Amino acid sequence: MTTPPRTIYRHRVATRIWHWVNAVTLFIMIGSGLTILNAHPHLYWGAYGANFDHPWLNTIHWPAYVTIPAHYNLAIARRWHLLFALVLAFGLLGYMVTSVVNRHFQRKLRVRVRVRDLSAANLWHDVREHLALRFHDPADPNAYNIFQKLSYVGVIFILIPVMILTGLAMSPGMDAAWPWLLDVFGGRQSARSVHFIAAAALTAFIVVHLALVILAGPINEVRSMITGRWRVPQEPGEDVA
Amino acid sequence: MTILTRRAVIAGSAAGAGLLLSGCDKVAEVPAFRKILFSGEIMNRGLQRALSNRAALAPEFTAAEMSPRFRVNGTHNPNTPDYTAMVAENFAHWRLKIGGLVAKPLSLSLAQVRSLPTRTQITRHDCVEGWSAIGKWHGPQLGTVLKAAGIRDSARYIVFTCADLYNGAPYYESIDLVDAFHPQTILAWALNDRVLDVGHGAPLRLRVERQLGYKHAKYITQINAVASLAGIGLGKGGYWEDHVDYDWYAGI
Repeated sequence: MTTPPRTIYRHRVATRIWHWVNAVTLFIMIGSGLTILNAHPHLYWGAYGANFDHPWLNTIHWPAYVTIPAHYNLAIARRWHLLFALVLAFGLLGYMVTSVVNRHFQRKLRVRVRVRDLSAANLWHDVREHLALRFHDPADPNAYNIFQKLSYVGVIFILIPVMILTGLAMSPGMDAAWPWLLDVFGGRQSARSVHFIAAAALTAFIVVHLALVILAGPINEVRSMITGRWRVPQEPGEDVA
Repeated sequence: MTILTRRAVIAGSAAGAGLLLSGCDKVAEVPAFRKILFSGEIMNRGLQRALSNRAALAPEFTAAEMSPRFRVNGTHNPNTPDYTAMVAENFAHWRLKIGGLVAKPLSLSLAQVRSLPTRTQITRHDCVEGWSAIGKWHGPQLGTVLKAAGIRDSARYIVFTCADLYNGAPYYESIDLVDAFHPQTILAWALNDRVLDVGHGAPLRLRVERQLGYKHAKYITQINAVASLAGIGLGKGGYWEDHVDYDWYAGI
């Protein structure tokens, strides 16, 4: 006999809206960003960097099936990138304000440093649980595991802010308004390099995130991000299909 | 969930991503959406102007921080009969004309331009393509020339017409008065302590340091104060703006 499935309220409306806005926004930012990179696929450290200078990385020419627009058009790629950059930045700002007010960060992403969460034993336990495709603590299925917490904290508080700030540091107008941007990142070409590295990290996060959604049961996971309600997975050995 | 349906989910997602990518190109063609897409420029300009003051200076660098070699962007040589003849006579008959909505139209020789008080600045040139080069520029402030000509109250933009041709028409660019009277906006006649060479825009080019490279008009022959950009070229304020949809406000 299987027990009737139990559902819990997992994602608040602000989280769900922000999630889908970001899904679209990041898709556009990565595609249009690769078109912009195709205009000069060389990365440098420092304030300057051009054809006669030494790049630390020459990227591939990004193929049409990953770029926006598909055919090289720097002007249109910049239109996409710079409009959706505003969606990304103000979306993050709105989500942060909302999540501080409704205590979402504190409830969901609180990492108890040293006490329990980051101990070697807990991390190793979670690695084994992940390898066994068990992503939720049966005793408290609504809680995020430590890898979820660390990756969401990393994306919300480090990667997306770094994307936004390095993007601003590449703007000659913003460099006049906020010269400290260049001091933080060590010059415009360094900021451009960090922008690329953070984008690569964000892309890696998206790949792992999608892989885990598929492994954890895509219908249940996607539905929970639409309706907010999530069905608690049943114990191993029971039919969950 | 079986492996087969997982595979279907992955294949479906990949196909969906491909459709979305081509969908982006389709929606960018729809006039109403295109208008939204292009409104980002107005929002970015508004935000940047709100966050900075009119006179906020672009960063300046020391001689030790300069690019070893400052690459050429845009036209390398206008190669028109008129321009080639001017180069041959070392710009002896070149004139800079300042007109449009001014009280006193001017026609200056290169010697007159070089005799004006100059500003020297080591600044970073940022190409729209992504590269940067740092060089030392030398020349009078645009504001000095505009004040000498006495621009009228009805003027809103400054339009630069150049000696290099694109599709048979002179390259042109425009900036508004906020940038025209900015202290770092200069008419440069020297780069890195040498008289400007042909590749870098001889004999005179614009430096408008808070904007991208294509705004920095080279080979300037004419400066006009105008009330509106309509009727000039295709009306979008510059060659690239007219022909390939570059943003007119190139501060980001």
